[in-house]
Amino acid sequence: MKLLKGKWASITVPLLSVALGLLVGGIIMLVSGYNPIVAYAALFNGIFSNTYVLGETVRQMTPLILSGLAVAFAFRTGLFNIGVEGQLLVGWLASVYVGLQFEGLSPIVHIPLAIIAAALAGAIWAFVPGFLKAKYQVHEVITTIMMNYVALHVVNAIIRTYLLAPGERTDQINASASLQSPFLESITDFSRLHYGFVVAIIGAIIMWFLLWKTTTGYELRSVGFNKYASEYAGINVQRNIVLSMVISGAFAGIAGAMEGLGTYGYMTVMADFTGVGFDGIAVALLGANGALGVVLASALFGGLKIGALNMQSVAQVPTQLVEIVIAMIIFFVASSYLIHWISNRVSKRGKI
Amino acid sequence: MEYVIEMRNIRKEFPGIVANDNITLQLRKGEIHALLGENGAGKSTLMNVLFGLYQPEKGEIHVRGNKVNITDPNVANELGIGMVHQHFMLVEKFTVTENIILGNEPTAKGQVDVKKAAKDVAAISKQYGLSVDPNAKIEDISVGMQQRVEILKTLYRGADILIFDEPTAVLTPQEIKELITIMKKLISEGKSIILITHKLKEIMEVSDRCTVIRRGVGIGTVNVAETNQDELASMMVGREVNFSIQKTPSEPSNETLEISSLVVEDARKVPVVNGMNLSVRAGEIVGIAGVDGNGQSELIEAITGLRKAKSGSIKLNGKDVTNWKPRRVTESGIGHIPQDRHKHGLVLDFSIGENMVLQTYYKRPFSRNGILNFSTIMDKAKSLIKEYDVRTPSEMTPARALSGGNQQKAIIAREIDRSPNLLIAAQPTRGLDVGAIEFIHSKLVEERDKGKAVLLISFELEEIMNVSDRIAVIYEGKIVAIVKPEETTEQELGLLMAGAKRKKAGETT
Ligand SMILES: Nc1ncnc2c1ncn2[C@@H]1O[C@H](COP(=O)(O)OP(=O)(O)OP(=O)(O)O)[C@@H](O)[C@H]1O
Ligand SMILES: [Mg+2]
Repeated sequence: MKLLKGKWASITVPLLSVALGLLVGGIIMLVSGYNPIVAYAALFNGIFSNTYVLGETVRQMTPLILSGLAVAFAFRTGLFNIGVEGQLLVGWLASVYVGLQFEGLSPIVHIPLAIIAAALAGAIWAFVPGFLKAKYQVHEVITTIMMNYVALHVVNAIIRTYLLAPGERTDQINASASLQSPFLESITDFSRLHYGFVVAIIGAIIMWFLLWKTTTGYELRSVGFNKYASEYAGINVQRNIVLSMVISGAFAGIAGAMEGLGTYGYMTVMADFTGVGFDGIAVALLGANGALGVVLASALFGGLKIGALNMQSVAQVPTQLVEIVIAMIIFFVASSYLIHWISNRVSKRGKI
Repeated sequence: MEYVIEMRNIRKEFPGIVANDNITLQLRKGEIHALLGENGAGKSTLMNVLFGLYQPEKGEIHVRGNKVNITDPNVANELGIGMVHQHFMLVEKFTVTENIILGNEPTAKGQVDVKKAAKDVAAISKQYGLSVDPNAKIEDISVGMQQRVEILKTLYRGADILIFDEPTAVLTPQEIKELITIMKKLISEGKSIILITHKLKEIMEVSDRCTVIRRGVGIGTVNVAETNQDELASMMVGREVNFSIQKTPSEPSNETLEISSLVVEDARKVPVVNGMNLSVRAGEIVGIAGVDGNGQSELIEAITGLRKAKSGSIKLNGKDVTNWKPRRVTESGIGHIPQDRHKHGLVLDFSIGENMVLQTYYKRPFSRNGILNFSTIMDKAKSLIKEYDVRTPSEMTPARALSGGNQQKAIIAREIDRSPNLLIAAQPTRGLDVGAIEFIHSKLVEERDKGKAVLLISFELEEIMNVSDRIAVIYEGKIVAIVKPEETTEQELGLLMAGAKRKKAGETT
């Protein structure tokens, strides 16, 4: 139990949870008549065996990192941004829209412009719940969830009305805005790997720097921990709540740009949510809301999702099983935090 | 001699610090046993070991002669050990009875039998003279009453060994008297008590024996009847403690704080500060004496910008600062040692270093162009920790891990160090040991001598009498009398605080 409490908790808890998650997954496979050893071998082969799957894993990780950063960032200020999904969708659309404009622009200008547009769109989308929370104490969980649905339908309506191309989608963006790279594709056996992972890593560094090295980060963390003491110290609590949501939304918007400028190069009319925004919650949780943790957790989830495809084709185990494993990992992480939280409460009682 | 509790050679370590080193404590049946030690000496830690919240690295615990292994608070409960923590664990929206039975609910036909529980609670309350209303909601009762609910909780669970961790620090003088009566009653009913307090007077008054620890090491146990306050103090601190404050008469100059016709409403829109006039001059300490709840908190909150004033004005050095935002107020030269250190004073999850710059982090040299300069912040923290004797393993330690008194010292260090024109000190020495109190008082006087204005709010008349140059008595949101400490007595202050008019005419300015 000691290891689960001290300063190592943010490392031991996730590792143990992953092990337990895989164990429970194995038991379920056994019960349902699959051979877990064969299945897991296929899974791991499916992540590491060749450059193609590695490339796909990194591609899968890219938006996951950014949406994880979005959730983690808000959480550091004590806010639950469940609206990453919606912010991601508007970001995706904004990046594609800018990508469709400005023919003949240099990529050095066009790509950042499209990414900034995505960040802005996500930020605006997150501003609304942030403002409602700061001004009228409306709980952000409710408003961000509502904003997800608004985003889904608004984005679809805009595509249908203004940007529709054959196949229920937009046109392909101009090459000057694309993150796709024939070079990266060729060294990874023609996976869909694109330059977006560089953006994601820069995003992680920015989050770390902002939170731990700047006065803004100091304020955001302070508000997250104790808003009364922050107010006493002269920190503008309302402003920081809005700011935190806006920055979080910007990360989410950029996650959308990774799909729009990288993986796809267009946007389809969405029948349903992408799920990337919700996975961000799990990634943030497993990554203990830290920048490095989010990157590592994204690698795990991205890897598991890609490896699941191989597991299905080699061991005939349905990909849903990986969803179960992921769910179990989250379950174990969450319950260990719960245990941690309770034991913290109890020892707090002992303090004067 | 049979002891109900015997803790032998207990050792408990935390990262970077040995909180308890070879401590022995023996509790006799039917005694009140005081536990005395400086801030951070390890008293709370030792009691948390006894209550099963911490596991000791070494040592044995015997309860009624049997060696036991107290792995968690449930085991402690079963052994008849109950603990009243200083920070209560009560559900605000629940009634007294519901709080008491929480986790231990009596059932009848599968349903929680609240009626029976309420009867039991009322019976225990009567037996020990607690006069608690079993059906009152926690949010509606006073801090003193809430503490009694905590006592009732332990009794309801059958505790006959009670641990009180600084119970009097949060109480008003009247409530302290009542608590002492309750403790005596408990003893007469066969209970045994371990009492942690920094107030030597209380130890002399109620306890039979006293165990002293210093920096984690047991110094010894004495019979209270055979000792005195001075001896206890020097046992605890390791040197002579000077109880009286060395200060010259004040030389007040121009008015620093000027409050006129101030009206401030509380959360329920009741004007709890109701037409107040008060002035504090540079170079003097004004003490506010009053019974809790007469508008003290709201007055401070209005001055510091944490609460809006309804009408009236607050002037600082002639400038109107009424309803300014907290940051502007701070920057215009007001420092504030808040009453509630956990709510306002500290971000408990920040390191001590980060807490030391809570109001100054955005200024040079602690940051530059929005980038924090951690090495200067930590250097600053180190020097404050040294100067104010804050006992902490390092400046990187989270504030949460410090002992209560040391958290308080950290706040005081931060606020005094900025040397504000007006320092508002609300219960600054709450939970501090006598040595630290002596030091803080001398610091307040030092600020005064530098020509700063100090506004002191305290429920302890002794502190008000000793430190202030002028005493303003607050009653129902107004200053009803201004007196000089050398021209009044605690008795007279007590009467004024209760709303009596002053006898000597013409003295109420
Ligand atoms: N949970 C913890 N983690 C790390 N260090 C701790 C923890 N609890 C206490 N300490 C350290 O142990 C020492 C003893 O603390 P303790 O709370 O027992 O002091 P205390 O005698 O109760 O002081 P006070 O009179 O100020 O309440 C202190 O130096 C404190 O910093
Ligand atoms: Mg203590």
